[in-house]
Parts: sequence; C-alpha cells; structure tokens
Amino acid sequence: MLLKKLSEAFGPSGCEGDVRNVLLEELTPYVQEWQRDALGNLIAVKPHPRGPRVMLAAHMDECGLMVSSIDRSGLLRFRKVGGIDDRVLVSKHVVIGPKKISGIIGAKAIHLQKPEERSQVIPLSGLYIDIGAKSKEDAEKLVKIGDYAVFATEYKALSDTVVVGKSFDNRAGCAILAEILKEDFALDLFGAFTVQEEVGLRGAGVAAYGISPDLAIVLEGTTCNDLPPSKEHGYCTTLGGGPALTAMDASVICDKAMIGELLRLAKENDIPIQFKRSITGGSDGGRINQTKDGIPVVVISVPCRYIHSPVSMLSLTDFNHTLQLVKLFLTSIAEGGFTR
Amino acid sequence: MKDLIKRVVETYGPAGNERRIRELLQSEIAPFVDEMRIDALGNLIALKRGGGKKLMLAAHMDEIGVMVTHIDKNGFLRFYPVGGLSPLTLLGNRVVFENGTVGVIGAEKLEAQKDLTLHKLFIDIGATSKEEAETKVGLGDVAAMMREFADLGKRLVAKAMDDRIACAILVEALKEVKHAAYDIYAVFTTQEEVGLRGARVAAYGITPDLGIAVDVTRTGDTPEAMVMDVSLGQGPTVKIRDSSLICTPSVRKFMEEVAVQNGIKYQLEVLEAGGTDAGAIQLTKGGIPAGVMSIPCRYIHTASEMVDYDDVLNGVKLLTHIMETEFKG
Repeated sequence: MLLKKLSEAFGPSGCEGDVRNVLLEELTPYVQEWQRDALGNLIAVKPHPRGPRVMLAAHMDECGLMVSSIDRSGLLRFRKVGGIDDRVLVSKHVVIGPKKISGIIGAKAIHLQKPEERSQVIPLSGLYIDIGAKSKEDAEKLVKIGDYAVFATEYKALSDTVVVGKSFDNRAGCAILAEILKEDFALDLFGAFTVQEEVGLRGAGVAAYGISPDLAIVLEGTTCNDLPPSKEHGYCTTLGGGPALTAMDASVICDKAMIGELLRLAKENDIPIQFKRSITGGSDGGRINQTKDGIPVVVISVPCRYIHSPVSMLSLTDFNHTLQLVKLFLTSIAEGGFTR
Repeated sequence: MKDLIKRVVETYGPAGNERRIRELLQSEIAPFVDEMRIDALGNLIALKRGGGKKLMLAAHMDEIGVMVTHIDKNGFLRFYPVGGLSPLTLLGNRVVFENGTVGVIGAEKLEAQKDLTLHKLFIDIGATSKEEAETKVGLGDVAAMMREFADLGKRLVAKAMDDRIACAILVEALKEVKHAAYDIYAVFTTQEEVGLRGARVAAYGITPDLGIAVDVTRTGDTPEAMVMDVSLGQGPTVKIRDSSLICTPSVRKFMEEVAVQNGIKYQLEVLEAGGTDAGAIQLTKGGIPAGVMSIPCRYIHTASEMVDYDDVLNGVKLLTHIMETEFKG
C-alpha cells in the first residue's frame, strides 16, 4: 500500500530522496514528464493544451533529527530538524543516516534523576542517541556528523478505518497527490512534491515560481486535537469529520471562490467537510500565494492526530473523502464549471 | 472630503474580504485614471499616465476583523482575529458581516479581568440555535467592526481609519494631480493587516522605480502614552523606519524636500513596532527605493481610531506634490 510505503520512507527536511524514489517508482507508469529543481522538489508534469495551469502541492519532508557531534563514548548528540516536542523524544527508536543504522534516544534513568530533574522536561543537551557503539571510532564506522535520523515507526492498521504510522504530516498529502496523478484531467496539471516545508516552507515557493500556476491546491496532513481537555470550539479538526479546509492560517488567507466551490461539491456529493479551527502555523499555501504577482490558493488537509511525534493517526475514510473531493474539484475546473 | 471619508471608513472590508471596499474605490477613482485592473490577490491597481518612471503608491484597503471558527448548539460563534486585535477593545463591541448580520462580542465568566483572552470571547448574533445561526453566517465568514463615522470638528473618529484614511487621501490626490511626473500606479492593496501580502505581489507585477506607501502611524500625545515624537495636528509624517523597513534615504529626503518647497507642515516618524506595505515593496525583485507617508492616528486597531483633519488635508497636498515632482535619487 502506497501510504504505508510513504509513511515508512526516510525523508527529513533536506533529505527527501527516499520519498522521491517511492513516488517515482509508483508513478512512472502514469507520468511521462518529470522535473526536479535545484532544491529537490519533484514535479510531475501532465500538460494539456487547455488551461488553467493548476499546481497541486504536497510536501515530502518530515520532522527529524540531525547528528551534531559524536562523544568519545560513541554516543551521538543531535539537533532537531523541524518542530518536534522535546517531551516525545526520550526512549524512542530511531534510524540514522544512509545506512539506516538503528539507535535509541537515551537519557538518565529515572532511578538516577534528582527530584528536581524528574519534574522537568529533559533538555536536548541531556539526550543522546545510543547506537551501541563502544567508542567514537566505533560509532564513526556507522554514522557521521550531519547524518539525519527519523523515528523508526511501522505503519499499522488499528481497525478497518483507523491507521497509525509516522509522518502522516505530510505523507498523507503525498499519497493523495500520487493517486490523483494516476488519472488524467483535462487540465494543465503540475503535481509538486515539495521539500523543506517543516523548516520554513522553503521548497514550495521556488516550485511555484518555476511553475507559475494560475491557481494552487495544497494537500496536507494537519493537526487534529478532538480530544480532552479541549472544548469543542477548541478542536482544530475532528478525526472522521472529513477533509479539513483552511480558511486562514498564519501564512495565508485561502481563496474564497475556491472554498465556495469545494463546499458546494462536498454538499452535492455527500462528502463530510470541516474547517480547521486553528490559525497557528503556516503552510506551503502561504509561500505559493505570495509568489510572483500572486497565486490564489486553497489548503485541503487530512486530519491527523499526534503529528510531529513518532506516531500519527488518521482515518482512511477522511483520506478517501479528501481524495474524492480533490478529484471532483479538478473535474469541475477542467469542465469550466468553476472560474475565479 | 469628509463625505468621502465617511463612505470609505464605513464600508465593509476585512483582510481577504475586500470586494465591497474595492468596488466603492473603483467607482470613486474611475473618472480620474486611465486604466484599472484587479490582480489574483484582489489588489485594485489603477494607472494614471504621466510618462517617465513608474511610481507605485500603496494604500491598504483591508481592515482588521474576526473570522468564525465554530458555531455552538445555542447559536453562539467562536472566532479568531484577522489582524492584530486586543480582547480588551473587542468586548462589548458590535461587529457586522458582509451580508449585514450584526453580532455582539460577549465573554465567558472570568475569575479575574486579566483572564480575558480572545479564546474567552464569542459573538452573539441573536440566534437561538445552531441551525438558525447557520442561516446567517458560515464557518470562515469574517465580520468587521461596526461603528459610525463621527466628525468632532478638528478631529475625525471611525473604525478602519487604518487605512481607509489613506485610501481617501489617495483618491483625493488622484483627483487633484494636474501634471503627473510619472506613470502613477495607485494601488489599493489587500491583506496588509495579516502580513503585507497584497502589496508584495502587486509590486512584483508592477516593478515600480519608486514605491511610497500611505498608512497611519501611532502617536505619543495622549495621557501616559508611550514615548513617540508624533502628534495629531502636526502634519503627515515622513517615515524614517518601522519594523518592516528602513525607508530608502533618498526617498525620505525627496519627500521632505517636496514638503518644504511647497510649505506643507510635516513631521518625522520613527515607529518602534508595526510594519507597512513599503516594507514588502522595498524587498521586491532586485530591490525598490521605498518610503512612507503616515497620518498620525490615535487608538489604532480599535473601533474608534482618531485622526486630525488638517493632517489629512496636508496629506493630500503632500501626496499630490509628490506625484507632480520627479524623483531623481
């Protein structure tokens, strides 16, 4: 299954090669023309003589860690790449570098901690990755400074509809975009798998500059906190509540005409839909929107619980509804039923 | 001009929802410009031909507002701010949606006044159920402050003086200008309040030789105010810097010279916090010389923003003379 392959692929910001390879392998039978730009964005081009020029974007990168030094004892010190909560790091299994070396994020055992240490989050300086090496020399045979690490999490189904895995933010978006690219629409279509979103929306802007689309649709896996102690009006999104539209986030106000059309299509086709209720955080949409002389954007997300942690959770029903809605939207644009 | 100001400040148009104010401005400037277009972000870009270099003038037409994020079973709305809003000045205010629906901002029970945060506030539109509320508003809809324009004589008070007073000044200057020394691109920009977004893409599309934003600025002339050397009634300002830009020295000098040569009262402005469209214009493409003329304004981002009418009239004069004077810097 593609979502499983993508979820398990190694792809922290700036090191998205494995994800790119999974996508290329999956889509080669369906896509004739590919572009790869200087930042590593992978762009599937499906040209069509009739416009408009539509950019679909999903970021491939995930949050991860980077080895910053190796102790004499062979323990690896690291920095974060992207926004990971320090509290989720301790005792997690990670894989490191091109050789996919296994390691454990270690810290002082609870028996040895002073009372005041127990009441605090262990700072990054108190954490290390233990790969079982006996010395610096021993460790250097397996890893080097600058190597990335990501959580070692296997994809798993908890029920017919609920699945867990790492980095559904944004492998869910990548999987949806890949499924869309397997079909043909009467549109000048550019499917951009972007890089370095988690460190500052860096890939999407240059991809949009190169493509110069008339409009853009960003596909995301977004925060979902439909859980205690939040009150309902504080839920960001609800698992099982359908695709989540962004009206506004910290980086963009989405195009009202496109949102209106998505709401219409959802209603007409009995697809549940929700609005994201949080405006914190940005998205690739912001960077694309501000490219050149302006590009109208919508952001459509699959709600994912526990993102930016070792394991995230999504509903396949939401996933399939999101895919269905985006296809309907593209068809509507292609048929000229929707114009801005 | 007060009549124009009243119309412009009272019109609905929060960031991302500028259609109504854009239509009003389009009709106001149509007789005085050669071309008009609307870009992908909704900026209204008018061209008045005078030959020579391209001068971009930017006045943002968006205002602050509140966006509906949730409707509860009793018909109360929760919201997020669109632009910089304080819960202190929202409580008890009325807001209005594009379709005319009026709401009151109420608050949950608070243990102490300092607990007042935006999350504790809601909008009451007088609905008694979710279903009834949904017939009037939807998620993602944005309401603006609701407040009438008041003419206090020397001073004028209204919601959205930031930055409709600049829109009105730009409209008047387009009427007044006789011998334009540039191809003047008068841009009524969108989404300034959420991050200078309209001006950024408009400047890319125009690629001007010189950019000047017209905006409001804070003052230090009220009781126990922050220290700031700008006062109402001392004229429009020529900005030196704010958090979004250091004005290009040659542009600042040019603006000061135009003011001095024409006997227009002005003040210099150093704003510690806050940005303007000029910050986005200046960093476009390979860099564009940029400056700002500001109208001093008290109580910014509340429903009652106050400006001085003489400052406004002097602002029109200064902007008109800028349009008629070649920038050689």
